[in-house]
Amino acid sequence: MFIINQEILNLTSEKLRNRFGEAILTEEIEMDMPVYVVKKEIIVDLLRLLYDDETLRYRFLTTLCGIHYPESDQPFGVIYHLHSLENNQRIRIKTFTTLEDIAIPSVTAVFAGANWMEREAFDFYGIIFTGHPNLKRILNVDEMDYFPMRKEYPLEDGTREDKNDDFFGR
Amino acid sequence: MDSNNNNFTVVDAPEGISGSGFFATRMDKAIGLARLNSLWPLPFATSCCGIEFMATMAPHYDMSRFGMERLSFSPRQSDLLMVMGTIAKKMGPILQEVYIQMAEPRWVIAVGACAASGGIFDTYSVLQGIDRVIPVDVYVPGCPPRPEQIINGILKIQELVHNESGRRRYSSEYKELLAKYGIE
Repeated sequence: MFIINQEILNLTSEKLRNRFGEAILTEEIEMDMPVYVVKKEIIVDLLRLLYDDETLRYRFLTTLCGIHYPESDQPFGVIYHLHSLENNQRIRIKTFTTLEDIAIPSVTAVFAGANWMEREAFDFYGIIFTGHPNLKRILNVDEMDYFPMRKEYPLEDGTREDKNDDFFGR
Repeated sequence: MDSNNNNFTVVDAPEGISGSGFFATRMDKAIGLARLNSLWPLPFATSCCGIEFMATMAPHYDMSRFGMERLSFSPRQSDLLMVMGTIAKKMGPILQEVYIQMAEPRWVIAVGACAASGGIFDTYSVLQGIDRVIPVDVYVPGCPPRPEQIINGILKIQELVHNESGRRRYSSEYKELLAKYGIE
């Protein structure tokens, strides 16, 4: 369980609402962690604000990952987990987009550590991080011409020829 | 009574013609005999089969009984590439590079289901058997195989080494085999 520091959380919400207003789409506490869903255009400024603020000091990007909800209107998303080490407060920022408009601004200017995490999200979901200094595949082979974690593939492909042996039950 | 307290055994001589002061045999028989008892394996251990291999090397199973006292961690000095574990597709070209760096004659043993066929990892990121990038001489099944099975595979390799014709590596079949993998 994460501890919620209500005072810091209120301050976080207030500062975000004051600065970004309508661009903060929802805010709620999911399980034990505050979640903000925001418009993708403000993501860099938002993380910058949380980083620079002398009270909030969300200066640790715990993780960044891509996600795909094929049923949703905006199926592709990126999720940022931030940690304010001084206040021991964690928050989660989500931003979503469509396949047609899959570019999301890169946050490498705020967190240098986002570099490889954004490459990973690109590698598996094909999310284009605009402004990323070196957006290429990181874990998969360079020749791969699809994005394997997109929820558009059957779990097992019966037509594959590279496992045609009877012993594999095909 | 045997006064010699060195408790070692000597391999039998290959078949040949002996007389007073000479022994004649085929060159490849003599070389095969020497090679089979002094293979230098290169362990390419990537996962749990590698742990079984560690047990195979350790005193209880003692792989050095088969003339494998020295593991080589340089491909240029080794004869036997032992691939033990899952090979991701991204690792494929590296494995092939290691194989290319080995000097002839060279043998390959694929230990475990993953090295032989991809095993349970029927997925986009895993090479479905190392024989997609390099030729394999002996496959050891198991997930992971026990040390006895690995030793059995090594004995099979030794059989191949022992009986290999001196001309095999120059044959057109062998060159074709390598060409199939895009090597040389």
